[in-house]
Amino acid sequence: MALNRKIAYIDLSTGEFKTAPIPIEMRELYLGGRGLDMYLLYNHLEPGVDPLGPDNVLTVSAGLLVGTLASASARTHIGAKSPLTGFLGSSNMGGFFAPELRWAGFDHLVIKGKADNPVYLWIHDGEIEIRDASDVWGEDVFDTQELIKEELGDPEVKALCIGIAGENLVRFANVMTGMKNAAGRSGMGAVMGSKNLKAIAVRGTRDLEIRFPEKALEYNQGLLEHIGSTKFAQIMQKWGTMFIYGVTNTTGLVRVRNFQLNQQVGGNIECEHIEKYALGSEGCYGCIMNCRHKYLIRDGPHAGTYGEGPEYTSQGAFGMEVGCNNFETVLVGNHLVNKYGLDTLEIGSMMAWAMELYEVGILTDEDTGGLKLEWGNDEAVLEMITLIAERKGLGDILAEGPLRAAEKIGKGSIKYLIHVKGMSNLHSDERPTPSLALGIATGSRGSDHLRSRPAIDLYHLPEELLRKIYGGPKPYDGPLSSDYTTYIGKPRMVQWQEMMYEAIDCAGICKYHTIFLSPNLIAFDELSKLIYNNTGLEFSPEEIWDIADRAYTIERLFNIREGLTRSDDWLVDRYFDEPTPSGLPIVRDKCIDREKFKQMIDEYYEMHGWDEDGVPRPETLKNLGLDGEPSHRL
Amino acid sequence: MEMILVVDHEKCTGCRLCEMVCSVRHTGVNNPTRSRIHVIKWPKEGFELPMLCQQCEEAPCIAVCPKDALSRDLVLGRVMLNYDLCIGCKMCVIACPFGGMGIDTVVQQVIKCDLCDGDPACVQFCGSGALQFVPANRVNLMKKRDAGWKFSELMKKSLEAKN
Repeated sequence: MALNRKIAYIDLSTGEFKTAPIPIEMRELYLGGRGLDMYLLYNHLEPGVDPLGPDNVLTVSAGLLVGTLASASARTHIGAKSPLTGFLGSSNMGGFFAPELRWAGFDHLVIKGKADNPVYLWIHDGEIEIRDASDVWGEDVFDTQELIKEELGDPEVKALCIGIAGENLVRFANVMTGMKNAAGRSGMGAVMGSKNLKAIAVRGTRDLEIRFPEKALEYNQGLLEHIGSTKFAQIMQKWGTMFIYGVTNTTGLVRVRNFQLNQQVGGNIECEHIEKYALGSEGCYGCIMNCRHKYLIRDGPHAGTYGEGPEYTSQGAFGMEVGCNNFETVLVGNHLVNKYGLDTLEIGSMMAWAMELYEVGILTDEDTGGLKLEWGNDEAVLEMITLIAERKGLGDILAEGPLRAAEKIGKGSIKYLIHVKGMSNLHSDERPTPSLALGIATGSRGSDHLRSRPAIDLYHLPEELLRKIYGGPKPYDGPLSSDYTTYIGKPRMVQWQEMMYEAIDCAGICKYHTIFLSPNLIAFDELSKLIYNNTGLEFSPEEIWDIADRAYTIERLFNIREGLTRSDDWLVDRYFDEPTPSGLPIVRDKCIDREKFKQMIDEYYEMHGWDEDGVPRPETLKNLGLDGEPSHRL
Repeated sequence: MEMILVVDHEKCTGCRLCEMVCSVRHTGVNNPTRSRIHVIKWPKEGFELPMLCQQCEEAPCIAVCPKDALSRDLVLGRVMLNYDLCIGCKMCVIACPFGGMGIDTVVQQVIKCDLCDGDPACVQFCGSGALQFVPANRVNLMKKRDAGWKFSELMKKSLEAKN
């Protein structure tokens, strides 16, 4: 049944492994997926280890509802100490890997040590093998998966892998599966590379039991009909997240030229351009939203480029951030980062930063090897992607991620960085939106929009509706405001989104099906029903909140153990000192107010039961049952 | 009226929801190896196609069955397998040119699409419209309409070019 999948501990140094069942009590505490991964990391990782050394621990997991009749339950979660930030590394992706892992009999893999030579794991129907990967080392993401399927003689094998970026220990390398699905944030691909682990291949034929099949079918059908009827789903099916560019650029909420502008003028990268290149749409396992395109460039210098996507983040990385106005540059850039296994967000920000340094004269032609890093130089942008993946020239420095690169370059370059905790910010501008700014400042894996972003704040929803969403399942009667430029009630929105996203990540469902970009999608109530129908476990929405709170707090404990302090929950000075130059009147001439932001953080800590330094109070830990951690129960 | 299950591969997004609901509807568990439908993919070419029993008129599986366990159900337009007669020789699995006959190794039986007795779960759940259950005598009209639409778009472009 869905609850009998095992955990496997694999030591790549010795080649030994053991498996263990996951006791129901641990499900009741953490559900699975990201939550249980966090418990495992906190219990198996020694504090202070080198993230790229053999002592780092890599967790790979399928969420509790993966492969069940829960809409879009396809997510694989990957965790480790991040080589980018030195704090928590945590990233998840869709595709088809996670359900296959469950059919093969496992929910969680805990991978330790380092193999002497390149290897890949072959996991099938309860068996685990460590196999030689020297034939695929050096191959790109797409070919690696195909070659492994060929070697294993089964085209239905699903694999996750790293590309050359992970092999070269680029600190923002992805773990990838399929043509585009990426566990992109926090450098999990570099951790795999550091362990000489090229890929994990899985294939399973074991039943995944659905506790109440007819009920689950009926409920899921109703849910899918509802989701499919929303405007948001219909837009996603047609355009994917590329639709975001149009609305946010019009408003003035995108980041252009490394924070110099908040609107792109003459940008030729609107989602509608995809029609010329699209071959169709693609979905992850069990999902009706099919949010990415299959595209082919048919002629011109990049003829023959085939890829999936792109998403908003690639429009940012290869469009507005680097000042490029060419849709094909976005398509080719997106193809290259997927091929090499690079985080499209981080690389876009790193290149935009380098271009601003070039503009102000901190980087010169000598540093760039003659590459003219001027805004809008499409060829230079595309060339730089390869230089970073191959760690050549300036690419070798940028591959180190924001803070290390700034240290190497020196000359005051650090003040041009747009980051939190050493991780670059999404290519959006949060200066007019305190709630979004608070989210990126406090996110447990560094700057991030998928950890806590209350994106629906941008819709100016009626207060009554906000109360309906943010007023439960744990009662909240404090203020809420429909005005996204205020600081009122925003900490609650951030905390609520944190809890909801955490719960969804434990279940392994995609965030696009939740109250992320639409107020009409699922959250705690629906999750409670989905868990019951599919697994038989009974949790009230409030109990799910408690589980999420426990998992989120253990993430906080992890970060504090690695040296995080209150000063790490903060934005770079440019957010406070440089007002937005353009946009609608409501977003123009805005920056974040230091004092009000500080008060928001106080309020946010208080809601979590953390003290003024951001450390969970003893009674908070006791209430969540975390006072005995690490407890080494798994 | 005879209905047929038609596949439009251009609309398929490869999500495999059809496999999931087929397996759960027939077995109560999700195990794609027990599903009657499978999406076959060529990821690097961006091509995917749901494959299942074509419910042939002159069915090779019926022809090779030594026990007459397979027969045509004229009401629902399907090939039906009578498990009381089936001896599990798997000749039908060998004979089928489409892979429409499979083997469920959990219950040790040959399996095939039974159109869910007239209300296929895969069609109910398919979000993209790649799977449709339509009256057999109207299937080409549907295709004609789609092709006609594309044709009319081309005609419009050609007129625009002339003007």
